[in-house]
Amino acid sequence: MRRLHRLLIYALLILGSITFLIPLLWMISTGLKPIEQTMSLPPTWIPYREVVGADGVVVKKIAPRWENFAKAIRAMKQFPRYLKNTLFLCLLTVIGTVLSSALAAYGFSRIEWRGRNRVFLLALATMMVPFPVTMVPMYCLFRWLGWIGTMKPLWVGSFFAGAFNVFLLRQFFMSLPKDLSEAARIDGCGEFRIFWQIILPLCRPALMVVGLFQFMFTWNDFMGPLIYLTKQEDFTLALGLQFFQSQQGGTEWHYLMAASTLVALPIILLFFFTQKTFVEGISMTGIKG
Amino acid sequence: MTRGERRNLWIGLAFISPWIVGFLAFTVYPVAASVYYSFCDYDVLTKPIWVGTLNYRDMLTDRVFWQSLGNTFYFAAFALPLGLIISLLAAVLLNQSVRGRPVFRAIFFLPSLIPVVAASMVWLWILNGSFGLLNQALEWLHIRGPQWVADPKWTKPSLILMSLWACGNTVVIYLAALQDVPRSLYESAEIDGASAWVKFRHITIPMISPVIYFNLIMGIIGSLQVFAQAYVFFSGGGGPNRSALFYAVYLFQNAFEYRQMGYACAMAWVLFLIILALTWAATRSTRKLIFYAGE
Repeated sequence: MRRLHRLLIYALLILGSITFLIPLLWMISTGLKPIEQTMSLPPTWIPYREVVGADGVVVKKIAPRWENFAKAIRAMKQFPRYLKNTLFLCLLTVIGTVLSSALAAYGFSRIEWRGRNRVFLLALATMMVPFPVTMVPMYCLFRWLGWIGTMKPLWVGSFFAGAFNVFLLRQFFMSLPKDLSEAARIDGCGEFRIFWQIILPLCRPALMVVGLFQFMFTWNDFMGPLIYLTKQEDFTLALGLQFFQSQQGGTEWHYLMAASTLVALPIILLFFFTQKTFVEGISMTGIKG
Repeated sequence: MTRGERRNLWIGLAFISPWIVGFLAFTVYPVAASVYYSFCDYDVLTKPIWVGTLNYRDMLTDRVFWQSLGNTFYFAAFALPLGLIISLLAAVLLNQSVRGRPVFRAIFFLPSLIPVVAASMVWLWILNGSFGLLNQALEWLHIRGPQWVADPKWTKPSLILMSLWACGNTVVIYLAALQDVPRSLYESAEIDGASAWVKFRHITIPMISPVIYFNLIMGIIGSLQVFAQAYVFFSGGGGPNRSALFYAVYLFQNAFEYRQMGYACAMAWVLFLIILALTWAATRSTRKLIFYAGE
């Protein structure tokens, strides 16, 4: 009975893993095929090349078309620009978010001032406002500033501490003992130095979570670039990929899948290198959110 | 206020000043402007003209509006409960002590990381009517698969399927909650001879009920605002017969294609009210079912 039970668990886990993985494997497999193999029935999983052997028999040899990636990049025309723009936005929004949220979270947790908790409640309440409500006025505001068709609307906001990140960091700051700051204050240390040299270094894991999530968000964001970017040379990878697909109308699936792999791969790699931070971060946001 | 208190107040305000500026510029102003625009005829190029409640009244007779609302509810009604159940089952599986557990966890989580545009491309290809992997698999089982993204009946199920595939975030949140359930509860139940189902039903579910509630609320908020995958699937057009024109997509079209900013703002406020009402209803109807261990 117990053995059967365990067997069932393994069976379900393996079945689930296959289901979750197949779309990704199919993406990579299609990205490495010549076009005629993308449309073969039954499906081809491993790209091959037909070679005539010494005895005159045609044999299939495994042959991934790595050149599809180069061709997809060329077909997308501005791919290097898209990548540069995406990295530029990721860098700026990560710096902006981490710095501004840390500052605000410090003010909301490590300094006692009158009305602090009421103001913090107000900050939490802003999280309830759904994006579509502010979407149009923000567009009008940025238009008035002459920023439509530039990347500014996509990063300037990150320097002004979003409530969610402030909330996360505040939780972390509050878990550090008060004496830490008191001792430094008695030694005549200024508040900003306490923040910068004592508290921040202790909060590296939480700052990592906030930075990582912001990076992912900016890399994946589609709606923001769709609203604000008008020139193709300003597009991000996500918008560029969608533009490529809507232009070519979905026939050259091997290039489209190669391009999708290129857009997804950095995030997958990032996940494998930062898995621990990641999972901690999600459970942190989940439970305490 | 003593001198020290006043000093602290200024230092505190200085630290939170980035938030204050952001709050005024990116919340207070847009929310106020959005209310105002929702009562105006506004095309961005010329000044807004006050029209009273016209935008809201227009919504009542706008068939596309109702269709988009219906599509969105259809999507949420399947994607949300199915997503909650599948991710809970996955989390329970991934919480068992098995060999290779970290690998299984990573695999289940991976799809939710894929940028939504890339994931949509992959699913468009999998759901392709003639050469898609899904229909070929169905063929193998002697089932004739539908034209997933071309048939108005199947566009929404297509998007639901894709959303279920990317449920990894919810799984991780459940998993964290499952790990917090004290082992001792299960051990004492085992002494009493409780079966796996009884333990799941009477220990696991009550102990993680606050997290189920959290996922439910997040799910309501998220599934009613679903945008990117629906936009990418049908290049912003809403699909055949507008069958996958979701609320957020129609709102976007009104704002940035038809330049009816006032109408878009009114739609946004109606969406906000719907979300509030559903959140309230969900909170009320589950209040008695949620067990807070701390209380």
